[in-house]
Amino acid sequence: MPLDAANVAELIELCRAQIERNCEHLGRLDSAIGDGDHGANMRRGLEAVHRERAEISALPLPAALERIGLVLVMSIGGAAGPLYGTLLMELGRGLAGGETPPPSAPLRIAPADFAAALAQAVAAVARRGRSGPGDKTLLDVLYPVQVEIARHAAPARIAACARDAAQATQMMLARRGRASYLGARSVGHEDPGASSCALLATTICQYFQEHAPS
Amino acid sequence: MTPARGANVGIVIVSHSPLVAQGAADMVRQMVGGCVPLAWSGGNVEGGLGTHVAGILAAIEQAWSEAGVAIFVDLGGAETNSEMAVERLGPARAAKVAICNAPLVEGAVVAAAEASGGSSLARVVATAEELSA
Repeated sequence: MPLDAANVAELIELCRAQIERNCEHLGRLDSAIGDGDHGANMRRGLEAVHRERAEISALPLPAALERIGLVLVMSIGGAAGPLYGTLLMELGRGLAGGETPPPSAPLRIAPADFAAALAQAVAAVARRGRSGPGDKTLLDVLYPVQVEIARHAAPARIAACARDAAQATQMMLARRGRASYLGARSVGHEDPGASSCALLATTICQYFQEHAPS
Repeated sequence: MTPARGANVGIVIVSHSPLVAQGAADMVRQMVGGCVPLAWSGGNVEGGLGTHVAGILAAIEQAWSEAGVAIFVDLGGAETNSEMAVERLGPARAAKVAICNAPLVEGAVVAAAEASGGSSLARVVATAEELSA
């Protein structure tokens, strides 16, 4: 589906509301294996993006994604800021394809181009966090989501995959971030970064599902 | 007293806790006085425990030296946020900044002592990182 300014502004509001609803839940997950601030940090980040949604949604989509990434970097803090920020900034750069983006208008991006840009952005997150699959991080959601998107799965399928992937981090041993200091005690808890990532992914998928051309 | 800009390598301390960052900076000052550019960033944007890019960027600017800046960090997020801050300086200035793999307090004090003698950034970083070897 093409994305215009109204879609982007609506998606920002839906993501903000989703994080707001789950702020305490994310905080509890993070308290179990980290420093407990993931919910509050994510809320601060999404609120900062929300405050700028008018300006952001007026930008061409690649520039809008880059701007959202920068706002997240500057406002989330913690380890999540650089990771989410890198994801969106690299996705925006990848979609712009190194060229001057077209003027603000509904932008159609070929699914294959989106999948390629997402794969690059996820790889950049892995480099930033010096993490890989199975380390109990948000990458454990991003990798399977990226695979589903690359094979053009339906939004509902991608959302289910994101939820399952976040749950699967429960049984993983943390190898990055503060949870890694707990060693084996990190097993049995869902990773808060994976959880917030799945929440945002499902929100975006649901929007696309509801707005898909019938 | 204003440090001589550009003469000695600058030191930046980044901690999740403003108290830790400021305390470490106090210890550096006690060691080298005003002859090394020094700044710290501690806490998130709301002043709670955490780190944030804008604060780290401001600290780098404050401690800026043409000889370079050595950054000392505590836990994971302090390092990744420092990396983001350094990238925002642009490639030319980023090349003059190093994030050290060294203990926060000891690293900053040892690095500042080395910097106060006019050592290069590479020498300052190597001296601090010997602590982790």
